[in-house]
Amino acid sequence: MNYESIERRARRRERVRKSFTYFCLVLWALMVLFPFYWMLLSSVKSYSAYNSEYVPRFFTLSPTLQNYVDAFTAVPLAKYFLNTLIFTLATTAIMLVVITLAAFAFARLDFRGKDLVFTFFLALMMIPNELVVITNFVTITDWGLRNTFLGLILPSVTSVFYIYLLKENFAQIPDELYYAAKVDGTSDLKYLLRVLLPICRPTMVTITILKVIECWNSYVWPRLITDDANYFLVSNGIQEIRENGFGRENIPAMMAAVVVISVPLIVLFLLFHKKIMAGVSRGGTKG
Amino acid sequence: MERRSAKGWLYLLPAVAFLGVFLVYPLVDVFVYSFEEGYNSASQSFFGVGPYNYSYVLHDPYFLQALKNTFVLVIITVPLSTGLALLISVGLSSIQKLKDLFQTVYFLPYVTNTLAVGLVFMILFKKTAYTDGLVNLMLHWFGAGPVDFIDGPHWAKMFVLCFYTVWVVMPFKILILTSALASVNQDYYNAARIDGTSRSRIFFRITLPMISPMLFYLIITGFIGAFKAYSDAVAIFGVNLNAAGMNTMVGYVYDMLYGDSGGYPSYASAAAIILFVIVLTITCINLLISRKNVHY
Repeated sequence: MNYESIERRARRRERVRKSFTYFCLVLWALMVLFPFYWMLLSSVKSYSAYNSEYVPRFFTLSPTLQNYVDAFTAVPLAKYFLNTLIFTLATTAIMLVVITLAAFAFARLDFRGKDLVFTFFLALMMIPNELVVITNFVTITDWGLRNTFLGLILPSVTSVFYIYLLKENFAQIPDELYYAAKVDGTSDLKYLLRVLLPICRPTMVTITILKVIECWNSYVWPRLITDDANYFLVSNGIQEIRENGFGRENIPAMMAAVVVISVPLIVLFLLFHKKIMAGVSRGGTKG
Repeated sequence: MERRSAKGWLYLLPAVAFLGVFLVYPLVDVFVYSFEEGYNSASQSFFGVGPYNYSYVLHDPYFLQALKNTFVLVIITVPLSTGLALLISVGLSSIQKLKDLFQTVYFLPYVTNTLAVGLVFMILFKKTAYTDGLVNLMLHWFGAGPVDFIDGPHWAKMFVLCFYTVWVVMPFKILILTSALASVNQDYYNAARIDGTSRSRIFFRITLPMISPMLFYLIITGFIGAFKAYSDAVAIFGVNLNAAGMNTMVGYVYDMLYGDSGGYPSYASAAAIILFVIVLTITCINLLISRKNVHY
């Protein structure tokens, strides 16, 4: 038993451990990626080929784009897509205005009751959505806003958490900048738009992306508030397609629709994955 | 000062207005609804005030089914996903090569549409006249018989729901745990290594205590999230969850509010408040336990 053999054995054990780690990591990566592969694969199989495979095949030699054509012609997928785009952009844009103004008020302006209101805002973060959705449903129905974009958008244009996040960021900007701007006769609004927002752009971008993801995937509220297919978002659209779209058995066309719905977010993720992950670890929640 | 004060409130006005109408007022209103007996949404009238709505909900077999499903889901998925995420994160932080790639891949489910990908899971598990589905094919390799996971026995449906739920919540947990592990001071590990501490001892005596705040954060948010499970179930079993026997508590609330069996905001409110009380209790218990075991 000399030093060399001990070291060799330790090195071998280290290598085994490392291989095992990689093996497990690759296994989970496959678990994550496989559903995506399967939806892509099924979406390019022809209808007849898919249904004749009693034992599903892991590849196809004759890919077809017919299913994508079906997805856009047989069901109003383009309409769902457009609705979601409008909903997402409008909600995000309005929310950014609302939270920027509020965050600026908390971070920079002095007014009576500021601390009290801020504490109250923080307490609001704990209210679960499930509790308030019932009354909101009744409110929107009473206002006659069912099946309108306004009804879809209004309840989700504020987020206490994002106000808090942005306020913290605004508060980090040195006071001197504000006083310098004041001496130059800059108005508060101009200071906010020309100085604060450009400096805090990274936070704004993170908030925007997180909100876009949230809007694109929202399901519960749109389902409650729309029953006219003309106002369905993609989540409700895919559910509608599933229940009575192509006929229950046309799974390849269904998968094509799923691919079309998933692509925008996946592209967004690939472009901004660093930002998204940093943003989520700072305060996103899901699950 | 007066003018400035007015200005501050002016900037705050949109946020206060929206929060007031869509968050504060509903919070009060939901309690009012839950005590109004025999509320009729058409005429907006009710017979009296009392706890009848709660008693109705608690005796509704659909609610009891939903309650049971939700508890099973919580008890299975929270420990499973947290444990699995811990294993993967520890593995992830022990390697250098390909770490970023793995991390990015693991996070992918977070940004996907739950409803859309749920459909893919349904296809993978579903048994139809044309095909037994991919999962059954794999079961066949191991000599197990085909099971209809989507329309079959209750345990099979529960399995699919748990499986999908774990798949959906993993990205967030892996992300949080990986960054928690990365922030542990390396000096502790170096000191332990000099002392010749074994790997398992390092893990249980250094790593686990150091990341315990984040771990408990994940367990608490995991409990809350799992109690609110709904869209995962819809994605796999369709809108009519009561018929499938797979409804969750949040699903029960929404079904009472709207849809084929809907139109009862009072029952929905009572159910929502029961859910809220359960979640609050569990969270408090979690916090009490964490105070004993978490090292800040």
